Amino acid sequence: MKNFFSSKQGIIAVGLAIGVLAPLLQFWGNPGNMGICVACFERDIAGAVGLHRAAVVQYMRPEIIGFVLGSLLAALFAKDFRPRAGSAPIARFILGAFAMIGALVFLGCPWRAILRLAGGDLSAIFGILGLVAGIFLGTIFFRKGYNLGRSQKTYSSVGLIMPLVMLGFLILLLLYPQVPEQPQSGVLFYSLKGPGSMHAPLLVSLLVGLFVGVVAQRSRFCTMGAFRDVILFRQNHLLLGVIALFVAAVVVNAVLGQIKIGFEGQPVAHTQQVWNFAGMLLAGLCFALAGGCPGRQLFLAGEGDGDAAVFVFGMIVGAAFSHNFGLASSPDGVGPHGIAAVFVGLAVCLYFGLTMRAKA
Amino acid sequence: MSEIVDARGLSCPQPVLDTLNKIATMGKGTIEVLVDTEASKENVSRAATAKGWSLDGVVENRGEYTITISKR
Repeated sequence: MKNFFSSKQGIIAVGLAIGVLAPLLQFWGNPGNMGICVACFERDIAGAVGLHRAAVVQYMRPEIIGFVLGSLLAALFAKDFRPRAGSAPIARFILGAFAMIGALVFLGCPWRAILRLAGGDLSAIFGILGLVAGIFLGTIFFRKGYNLGRSQKTYSSVGLIMPLVMLGFLILLLLYPQVPEQPQSGVLFYSLKGPGSMHAPLLVSLLVGLFVGVVAQRSRFCTMGAFRDVILFRQNHLLLGVIALFVAAVVVNAVLGQIKIGFEGQPVAHTQQVWNFAGMLLAGLCFALAGGCPGRQLFLAGEGDGDAAVFVFGMIVGAAFSHNFGLASSPDGVGPHGIAAVFVGLAVCLYFGLTMRAKA
Repeated sequence: MSEIVDARGLSCPQPVLDTLNKIATMGKGTIEVLVDTEASKENVSRAATAKGWSLDGVVENRGEYTITISKR
C-alpha cells in the first residue's frame, strides 16, 4: 500500500492541517502563540504531576497525550508499529533534558517558534536562527561519524510503555478534573493564572492531539528534520511541511485577529535576543543529535520507539530542573541560571558529539 | 556484484547518510540497503532517486526491508 502521507502532497497537507489547528486551539483557549508547543506542554505536564511547583505552568495537556495515542493508532492500523529500544538510552535522556532547558530559555519548541512568528512575534526570528545554527552544528558531528548506535527489536509490551503512560495520564485527568478556583484536584496540580490556566476544552484538545498524532506518524512530520535534511542532503521534503504549517498559521491567525507584529509585549516571550538565539541553538543541537524534534519524538514513542520515549521523559525531567533551578525564562527575561545552563548544555553536546562516534 | 548497506536499527538520519556515502564512493552499480522501519524505507528510497539512482525493488521480510537501488 502506497503511503499518501509520504508524498510531497502528503507532507504539505499535514503541515497545512497543523497550521490551521494550532491557531484554532489558541482561539479555543490555549495561551498566546501557543496553540501547540510540545516543550511548553510537556513542561505543563511536569507541573501537573508536581515535578516542579511553578504555579503558572501546571496542566495535564491532553494534546501531548493525543499525539502519542494518535501515533500508536496510526502505526497499528498501518502495520507500522515497531517496538525497538537500546540505542544509547541514557544519552538520549540527557539530550532530552538539555533540549528542554534550551527550549525554555527561548520559551518554545520549534513548533512554537514557527507559531510565534506566524502570530507576529519577531523575536521568534532569533529563536529560529538559533535552531538552524544548532542543527547545522549537529550535522557537522554527523559528518564526522557521530552515531548513537543501533537499537534492537524488542517486545511489543516495551513499545507500548509510553502509550500506556499517556493513557495513565489521561485516566488521572478524568479522575481528577479541574475544580474551579482550586490549585489541586486529587494528585494533579492546576494553574489558576498564567499560561497553565489557559487551555482549550479537554475533549477538543484531545481530539486535535489524536488527529495530529495520526497524520504526523504517517507523514514523519519533523521540524528539526526539515532543516537538517536541507543542510545535510539538500532535500526539502520535510521543509515543505514546515512552510505549509507557517503559511496556514499566518492565514488563520489573520482571520481570527491573532496577529500582532512587533518585538515588545508578545505573549509568553522575552526580547533578550542573544538568549533567544542561544537557547534554541542548544535545543536544536540536542534535537539533531537525538534525531528528531520534540513532536517527532512523541510520534516515534507512539509507534514503539523506546529510545524516543526515553528522550521524552528526559524533556519532562529537564522541565522540572528548569523551573526548580531557575533556568527557564519568563516574559521578564532569562532566569537567574539560564545562561549558565546553556553553556553546560553546549559542553555536554560537545562531549556527546565528539566521543560517540562509530569507528570508520 | 551488489554492495550492502546495513542500516537496521539505526535512527534518522543514519540510514540515508550511510546510503548517500555509499552512493558517493561507488558512483554507479547496485546497492542493497537493509532497514527495519517504514520511515527509513521511504527516506532511503526518496534520497536515492533524488540522486539519480533507480529504485529496482523493495522486498519485505518479517518487518525488515531490502531496498535495491542501482545506477548504470
